Amino acid sequence: MSPHTHHPIDILRFNTCGSVDDGKSTLIGRLLYDSKSLMEDQLDALERSADITGGGQINLANLTDGLRAEREQGITIDVAYRYFATPKRKFIVADTPGHVQYTRNMVTGASTANLSIVLVDARLGVIEQSRRHTYIAALLGIPHLIIAVNKMDLVGWSEERFREIRDEFESFLPRLDVLRDIKFIPISALNGDNVVTPSPHTPWYEGPTLLGHLENVHIASDWNMHAFRFPVQWVNRPNNPTDPALHDFRGLSGQIAGGIVRVGQPVLTLRSGLKTSVKEIWTYDGPLKEAFCPQSVTLVLGDDVDISRGDMLVGLDHLPGMGSDLRANVCWMQQRPLQRGKKYSLKHTTQTVQAVVTGIESRMDITTYEPQPEPAELALNDIGEIRLKTAKPIVYDGYEHNRLTGSFVLIEQGTNLTAGAGMLLPPLEAVKPEYSDFAI
Amino acid sequence: MNNYHLDHLQYLETEAIHIMREVAAEFERPVLLFSGGKDSICMLRLAEKAFRPSDIPMPLLNVDTGHHFPELNDFRDRRAQQLGAKLIVRKVEDAIAAGIAVPAPGEISRNRLQIPTLLAAVEEFRFDCAIGGARRDEEKARAKERFFSFRDAFGQWDPKNQRPEIWNLYNARVNPGEHMRIFPLSNWTEMDVWEYIKREELEVPTIYFSHPRKCVRRHGQWLPVTDLMPPKPREEVGDLIVRVRTIGDIISTGMVESRADSVDDILAEIAAARVTERGSRADDKASEAAMEDRKKAGYF
Repeated sequence: MSPHTHHPIDILRFNTCGSVDDGKSTLIGRLLYDSKSLMEDQLDALERSADITGGGQINLANLTDGLRAEREQGITIDVAYRYFATPKRKFIVADTPGHVQYTRNMVTGASTANLSIVLVDARLGVIEQSRRHTYIAALLGIPHLIIAVNKMDLVGWSEERFREIRDEFESFLPRLDVLRDIKFIPISALNGDNVVTPSPHTPWYEGPTLLGHLENVHIASDWNMHAFRFPVQWVNRPNNPTDPALHDFRGLSGQIAGGIVRVGQPVLTLRSGLKTSVKEIWTYDGPLKEAFCPQSVTLVLGDDVDISRGDMLVGLDHLPGMGSDLRANVCWMQQRPLQRGKKYSLKHTTQTVQAVVTGIESRMDITTYEPQPEPAELALNDIGEIRLKTAKPIVYDGYEHNRLTGSFVLIEQGTNLTAGAGMLLPPLEAVKPEYSDFAI
Repeated sequence: MNNYHLDHLQYLETEAIHIMREVAAEFERPVLLFSGGKDSICMLRLAEKAFRPSDIPMPLLNVDTGHHFPELNDFRDRRAQQLGAKLIVRKVEDAIAAGIAVPAPGEISRNRLQIPTLLAAVEEFRFDCAIGGARRDEEKARAKERFFSFRDAFGQWDPKNQRPEIWNLYNARVNPGEHMRIFPLSNWTEMDVWEYIKREELEVPTIYFSHPRKCVRRHGQWLPVTDLMPPKPREEVGDLIVRVRTIGDIISTGMVESRADSVDDILAEIAAARVTERGSRADDKASEAAMEDRKKAGYF
């Protein structure tokens, strides 16, 4: 490989959240600009659009606000994705809107993120939105968090102000105990201080720049690697009468949703509860001895068991839960509220089942972090704990243990709108299979 | 990479394969759009990886504007044959003749006319989903796209009212007459595409590599001189060594002066590039919202 194309070694996905005017889009524009990821025609387009929103000045926010209505109103309506790379890493950025009414977009952008950047205006400090964004980052189990204290230039680069804001966060962060890796960075997105290059204005700050932290934060252990989960996605049967090798081929294609699988390993098929083994890990590029999350592979089993899309293969250790009475936190994403007794389609891993809401336990006040018991309904952008009953049992883990086997979406029947995002609470007990060994 | 960690191309690959398989499992009549361009070449390899040893369980579709580079159509036909895939071609000319696509007076470009031609093909074959190779890094309206992008009965995109897309759980539900556009390469950049072409040793049409061509200077770009586009008096014409960076119609694709004649050269050229890929597409330059407006009408 030539030196020009020496490529970044992995991908870090992050999202940015903040209120209107906290400077989210400006920060992303700054990262792109200072890491030289912007091209001349993009800068030309920026200059052409300067008169619309920037009062003649180049407005870095116009880089991410891609829709005409957004540029005209100077707000971000929908999640925008941006891409840039440094010699160390490749980045996928979800710029998520901060308005109260767009919480659903923040959940969307955060659901696939390794890291969240919560922006805070140094003049305003912790506001209601900051507490909401931090709560959502914790709820979605984002492994890493940066609190970027922005507009430090407008508070005279005051170390005292920075500490005040940090202390205020630290007074409530322990209540969100899933957040373990948190970094506070004083920046000015507009001027670029501590974004890509260290600022001369903050001699009292000894931490990394924002980009420096993004480049170096350890993400290799963000996937669940200890409990094998394989939701069957597509049964691969060539039915090729002319090729004897393919005539009887029956593979199970899917993306590994947790752990590692090895040839010869015993696996349990759920829901049936039958035990079999992995005979072959088939890929287009040749057979593998082992494969891991989140690789996409095709597994050939030792026995011809009846298994299809929606079933799951799991390892014999760390068994998942299996049931049709579920408890979950949901973020509600559409106008018609979630109410007890309503029916939805529930998509979990590779299967879709009918589900009915059997109870609403609480609605979370995500500003005070106090749950309100037994609300009548969950409205758009509400987050709460609910109970569901599904028409068929599903095989699942608690979201806190596995984001892929612990998440679901609720789809409104008729309109087919995606109505809610759900995070399952851990099962009360693991599945207890009767080990009927298929080979016997 | 060792230690159970995927590098960036492996990550993008597994994400795209997962999406392809969701399409095969959830839709009744999917189709894969294949132009012969570099992005759709990657998509075909991803389809092979998703579905082999079975056949790719969907046909390929191309809307032929009649203004394609001949090298591209040759490549398209040959590649489809190699894969044993069924290739459906629908021509803008035929759509004009049938009154499905109506050119404006004096309209030479076939860009807009692709839209009704594509929508007519979707209706003809009752496709409920079409997989395309669009990438979010191409253009800022595309940066707002979902992997599963819902289109109403008129084929329209409503960017302000998109379905939220959470984790890797894609809502594939459509009612009769509606359809879905699927973009497995959403998270890929131009650089990723070429790195993947290199890693997978994929063949690409020769026009991506430098070659001699007579070009005319128009609107700040070098456009190919053809019967469709003869130079006007006093326009600057040159015999140049050029290549294409992105392929549109032969009348709107800017040629880039380049000596890059290998994938390695192209990678080096992109790494040093100071304009985006779409900077050489006249169809995107009409206004800042050119792509947004066309996408709302049903364009890819």
